[in-house]
Amino acid sequence: MAVLLLGEVNNGELSVDATAKAVTAAKSLGDVTVLCAGASAAAAGEAAAKIDGVAKVLVAEDASLSHRLAEPTAALIVSLAGDYSHIVAPATTDAKNVMPRVAALLDVMVISDVSGVVDADTFERPIYAGNAIQTVKSKDSKKVITFRTSTFDAAGEGGSAAVETVGVSDAPSLSSWIEDKVAESDRPELTSAKIVVSGGRGVGSEEDFKVIEALADKLGAAVGASRAAVDSGFAPNDWQVGQTGKVVAPELYIAAGISGAIQHLAGMKDSKIIVAINKDKEAPIFQVADFGLVADLFDAVPELTSKL
Amino acid sequence: MKVLVPVKRVIDYNVKARVKADGSGVDLANVKMSMNPFDEIAVEEAIRLKEKGAVEEIVAVSIGVKQAQETLRTALAMGADRAILVVAADDVHNDIEPLAVAKILAKIVEEEAPKMVILGKQAIDNDMNATGQMLAALLGWGQATFASEVVVEGEAAKVTREVDGGLQTIEVKLPAIVTTDLRLNEPRYASLPNIMKAKKKPLDEKTAADYGVDVSPRLEVVKTTEPEARQAGEMVPDVDTLIAKLKEKGVV
Ligand SMILES: Cc1cc2nc3c(=O)[nH]c(=O)nc-3n(C[C@H](O)[C@H](O)[C@H](O)COP(=O)(O)OP(=O)(O)OC[C@H]3O[C@@H](n4cnc5c(N)ncnc54)[C@H](O)[C@@H]3O)c2cc1C
Ligand SMILES: Nc1ncnc2c1ncn2[C@@H]1O[C@H](COP(=O)(O)O)[C@@H](O)[C@H]1O
Repeated sequence: MAVLLLGEVNNGELSVDATAKAVTAAKSLGDVTVLCAGASAAAAGEAAAKIDGVAKVLVAEDASLSHRLAEPTAALIVSLAGDYSHIVAPATTDAKNVMPRVAALLDVMVISDVSGVVDADTFERPIYAGNAIQTVKSKDSKKVITFRTSTFDAAGEGGSAAVETVGVSDAPSLSSWIEDKVAESDRPELTSAKIVVSGGRGVGSEEDFKVIEALADKLGAAVGASRAAVDSGFAPNDWQVGQTGKVVAPELYIAAGISGAIQHLAGMKDSKIIVAINKDKEAPIFQVADFGLVADLFDAVPELTSKL
Repeated sequence: MKVLVPVKRVIDYNVKARVKADGSGVDLANVKMSMNPFDEIAVEEAIRLKEKGAVEEIVAVSIGVKQAQETLRTALAMGADRAILVVAADDVHNDIEPLAVAKILAKIVEEEAPKMVILGKQAIDNDMNATGQMLAALLGWGQATFASEVVVEGEAAKVTREVDGGLQTIEVKLPAIVTTDLRLNEPRYASLPNIMKAKKKPLDEKTAADYGVDVSPRLEVVKTTEPEARQAGEMVPDVDTLIAKLKEKGVV
């Protein structure tokens, strides 16, 4: 059996963490070939070749593949699909955009957000905001899967897989890229950070979110947010942690001014240590916290920042 | 133009799902059910496009058990013009997979010829995030998923998308698939007079067989279990104690 893994490539650069976590998840399914696609993808291909457990790398470069538009990326994957029993990717927004399209073109179901591999046909995935874990056995001839990266450790470095280039067939253009609004940040990425500090509605304003950011910077942490904080404009959308945002499982997760709705818990309850700071002692977040502090976050968070 | 809005009947987002003791699934008997929240956003977006004059007719579609007509009535009360119910299951525990839903929707699109289908990005029960992308594939249409802004400009739509790194704006040719993210809009509540009026709006009832689509699942559910529960830990009296505990654990 052979696995085709869509590498996470952004502007020609490989997201090694997300890709290496998917490699770990995919290894037991067969030899892993990583596909790096983009307007330029050669450097990403070189990086993918170094991931431990990668058997082969395919590089597809074409202007149509820039910005990971779903239609050309899915067409490329389908053109390569014949050789593989499993077509997989880390469950990033890019892959969630592309992989169901691939599955439908192959007339198979997609298996999204897989958190456990039982055997080559059988997988575990969380449903209902993580309140249940479903084990499903696929009857399809090919399996199309996205892996929840927070549950797999990244494969190490030290590989030296062969790199091949593949051609790209012409597909009609159905969509085109206009612009990206991406905030540059020196902070670690939310999904790979060892520590995450998140703020909720209790933070109160975009200005006051600096209190959360200061603690994060002191700890070398990433910053997260609840949906309420994002909806209220305190934090950008890509900071949202939860059922419909990012799923994180850092060593330490600090939630300040977050009540602990099931949709938020779905995105962080696999963190190793959870700290909750909330002025309401009844807040549900305390039921999942290892350490709870009933306090006003505007006192407790700056005090933490200064004393750590 | 005409817009199709698929709406799914799901467990209400305020209700915590309970796994059945025998591991056969999640208990949905006597549980409050509502329209999938992302689909409310989809209905709202269609209504706003209509209010702006970009859309003439909104058709809501739901696939599943007969009770999904309640969900369709909600869509009609919000402002959809008519509805199609496709009965494809007789037990609420029998979820129709995104591939089968997309195949039925593709047939309806053939009949109805909408210029746009607006779906939710994700159903909050199965958390698949797949149907819109699958429908786009089956129709050979372009797709703009996870939308936080939709502007129709002639034969195209300019859509801003919520992605891992922030926001991406693309242009997609019509006809196209759009799926909604949380920040696209805030759905309205249906007013009482509109709820009354919705009772008179047309609601067609069909079956999966009418469309010749086989809805048998590709994924056999082997079992459904509860996730490992987290134990509540300890309350600490102050920041100094918290820091001491975190140092003890070696995380700071
Ligand atoms: C379809 C759908 C998807 C969703 N997806 C997500 C998701 O992915 N992620 C997510 O987070 N949510 C999601 N939600 C929203 C979720 O249901 C909650 O509404 C949200 O998580 C609440 O955010 P919050 O805890 O910041 O706000 P609130 O629930 O309002 O809680 C604020 C908390 O701050 C505390 N507080 C206030 N002031 C202070 C202070 N000065 N010091 C200390 N504490 C203070 C309060 O006691 C309270 O507990 C989703 C909802 C739906 C319907
Ligand atoms: N049975 C259904 N009936 C109507 N619409 C559905 C159904 N299942 C999925 N959808 C639509 O597809 C979206 C994504 O669902 P899913 O792919 O299951 O996460 C939902 O938000 C709905 O808009």
